[in-house]
Amino acid sequence: METLKYNPDIFDLDVTPLREVNQFLHGDASGLNGKSVVIENPNGAHNIAVGLKSDIDVTIKGHAGYYAAGMNQIAKVTIEGSAGSGVAENMMSGVVHVKGFASNAAAATANGGLLIIDGDAGLRTAIALKGADVVVGGSVGSFSAFMAQAGNFVILGDAGEGLGDSIYEAKIFVRGTVKSLGADCEEKTTSPEDRKILADLLVKSGHADVNPDSFQQYGSARTLYHFHVDNAGAY
Amino acid sequence: MSDDKTKDAVHKTPQTTPRYSATFDEYTNSEIRRAAATGIYDIRGAGSKRKLPHFDDLLFLGASVSRYPLEGYREKCGTDVVLGTRFAKKPIHLKTPVTIAGMSFGSLSGPAKEALGRGATAAGTSTTTGDGGMTQEERGHSTTLVYQYLPSRYGMNPDDLRKADAIELVIGQGAKPGGGGMLLGQKITARVAKMRCLPEGIDQRSSCRHPDWTGPDDLEIKIAELREITDWEKPIYVKIGATRPYFDVALAVKAGADVVVLDGMQGGTAATQEVFIEHVGLPILAAIRPAVKALQDLGVYRNGKNSVQLIVSGGIRNGADVAKAIALGADAVAIGTAALIALGDNDPHLEAEYQKLGTTAGAYDDWHEGKDPAGITTQDPELMKRLDPIKAGHRLANYIAVMTMEAQVVARACGKSHLHNLEPEDLVALTIEASAMAQVPLAGTSWIPGVTKF
Ligand SMILES: Cc1cc2nc3c(=O)[nH]c(=O)nc-3n(C[C@H](O)[C@H](O)[C@H](O)COP(=O)(O)O)c2cc1C
Repeated sequence: METLKYNPDIFDLDVTPLREVNQFLHGDASGLNGKSVVIENPNGAHNIAVGLKSDIDVTIKGHAGYYAAGMNQIAKVTIEGSAGSGVAENMMSGVVHVKGFASNAAAATANGGLLIIDGDAGLRTAIALKGADVVVGGSVGSFSAFMAQAGNFVILGDAGEGLGDSIYEAKIFVRGTVKSLGADCEEKTTSPEDRKILADLLVKSGHADVNPDSFQQYGSARTLYHFHVDNAGAY
Repeated sequence: MSDDKTKDAVHKTPQTTPRYSATFDEYTNSEIRRAAATGIYDIRGAGSKRKLPHFDDLLFLGASVSRYPLEGYREKCGTDVVLGTRFAKKPIHLKTPVTIAGMSFGSLSGPAKEALGRGATAAGTSTTTGDGGMTQEERGHSTTLVYQYLPSRYGMNPDDLRKADAIELVIGQGAKPGGGGMLLGQKITARVAKMRCLPEGIDQRSSCRHPDWTGPDDLEIKIAELREITDWEKPIYVKIGATRPYFDVALAVKAGADVVVLDGMQGGTAATQEVFIEHVGLPILAAIRPAVKALQDLGVYRNGKNSVQLIVSGGIRNGADVAKAIALGADAVAIGTAALIALGDNDPHLEAEYQKLGTTAGAYDDWHEGKDPAGITTQDPELMKRLDPIKAGHRLANYIAVMTMEAQVVARACGKSHLHNLEPEDLVALTIEASAMAQVPLAGTSWIPGVTKF
C-alpha cells in the first residue's frame, strides 16, 4: 500500500455528484499539483477521474465503470478494485494502476504513460495503442493489440486469439501462451534494447522479481504495410 | 466464295451503326480491364458520380395569392443558426447555415486547411478537422472549429479536444458508411506520419469501428465521457452516413447527441474503394425526412433549448440546395466537395496538368495519389505552394455568401422571414422517385407515393 503524500481530499460519490468531483479534478494545476484525492463509493460509476491534467494522485476506493482515468495526462490514478471498459483510454502521460481486473479495450489508443493492471484484462486490450506502456499481471483476451501502432505491451499471463492483428510498430511481450497470432503479427527476437525496455517496465509495474528472459516478443511482419495483390486474402 | 463476292456482299448489306451496350458501357469495360491488369480494387476520392434523385428534382412553390412574399433586400430574412442548445454550456452560433465538413489534414494540404479556416471565418461559419488531428493552420484561422473524434483516433489528444469549440463523434460518412479511412503512402509524409503515429509512407487503412465502444448503450457513456472531460462546455455532434436514418438518428439522440450530422452517399471522401462510394448508402434526399421524423418522435425537433439540430450533407452545391435541405427539416448543411472546388480544385485553368495525369478538369478524383495540381489534396511541398490560402479563403467566403443569399432569395419568395421557416409544404417534386423520397407531392398533384393514394 502506498501512503498518501498530503492531506487527502475525500470525495464520497454517494454524496457528491461525479460532475462536481471531475470539475474539481480539472481545476487549475497550481492548486492541484502534489495533492492526493480519494474517491469513495465509486460503485462502478462511469467516467471517474477522466481528463485529468495535473500532477495529482487519485485513489478510487472500489470498482470503476467505463473509461476510468480516460485521456489521463500527468496524474497518477489508482483503482483499488476492478475497472470497466476503456480504462485509461487515450492516456497521454501519467500512471494508471488497476489493482483488480480490467474489462475490454483497456488503454485503447493510449499515446503515453503507463497502465498497470494487476489482474486479467478483457478483449482488445491495448487496441490501437499509440505509444503508451501497458503491463498486465494476468492474461489478456482475444484481439488484444489490434492495429497497435506504437508502445510496449507486456503480458505476464497468456494471450487469447488474434494477438496483434494488423499490428504496426508496437512491441508485445508475452510470458505465457498465445492462443493465436493475428494477421501480420510474428515472433521477434528480443534485442538488448528491447530487453531493457521490458526489464524497466517489469520494475516500474511491481514485477521486479520476474525474469525478462522468460518472455517471447511479438511484432509486425510488415507485410501489410502496402496494398498489394498478394495480400488480398488478408484484407 | 471469291474475295470479290464477299466485298460485294458487304457493300450491299446495310450495316447497323456500332452500338455500345448500356450494361457494358465504356466506363464499365475500362474498369474490367483495369481490374484484370492490377488485381486490386479501384480506389479514388470524391463522392458518388452516378445520377441520383437529388435536390434538383424538387421545386419551390413561391408565394402568390394564397401566400405573400417578402421584399427582397428590404425585409429581413434571417440566416443565423444555433447548434448544440440541449446540454452544452457554450452552443455554437453561426451567421449562415452553410458549414465546412470535416476533411482531414493529410488528405488536404496545410494551405488548403488554412484557406478553409480563413474562408469559413470570414463567412461567419465553422470548419471541422478530420481523421488525423488538429493542425495549427486550421485552429489558428478558424474562429469556430469542430474537432472530429474518429474510430482511428489519429492525432486525438485531450488538449486539442479542449481547444475545440464543438466535438463531432464520427460514426460514419455518406461516401462509405461502415468503412474506415484510407490514406495511401504517397500522402503519409513525415509530418502526417508523426501526427498519426504511423510509419512514414505506409498505406494507411484506419478502423471502421471505434476501439472502445460498441452499440448505442456504450455510445451514451462515451458521449458522457467527452462531456465530462470538457466540463459540459462543448456541443457534441454525432456524424452518421445515411443508411437507416430513422433508427440511427433516434439512437444518437438517445445517446445524448446535441447535433446529428447526416451525410448522404453523394458526400465526398478523400479516398475509398469505388465500389463503396457507388453502392453503399442512401442519397441525402431519401434520408432527411426519416431523420426529422426521429427527432420529432423524440420531442427534440425545433423544441427550444431542448432541440437536437440536424446538419445534412452530401452533394450540396448552391443556395437552392441549402434552402431545400432546410425546407425538408435540416437546421444547417455541410459542404466538402463544393468547398474544395471554390478553393480551386479541378479548375479548368489546370487542364494541361490534368491531361498529364490521364484525366480532365472536373473529373480528377485520384486524390489519394497526392499529385493534385491545384495543391489541395496533396502533401507535396511544391504542389501545395500553388494554393494561396488568402486568395482561396476569399473565394470560399464569396461562395458561401452567394449560397446564403440565394437561399434567402428563395425563402423570401416563399414569404419566410428566416430560412428556418421554410417547410416541406413549400416544395413539390419533379419525379415520382423524388416525391417518394422527400415526401412532398409530385408537381401538379397531391400525390406522395407511400403516403397518399394516387
Ligand atoms: C478530401 C475529403 C476528406 C474528407 N475527410 C473526412 C474526414 O476526415 N472525416 C469525415 O468524417 N469526413 C470526411 N470527409 C467527408 C466530408 O466530411 C463530408 O461528409 C462530405 O464531403 C460532404 O459531402 P460533399 O462532399 O458532397 O459536400 C471528407 C471529404 C473530402 C472531400
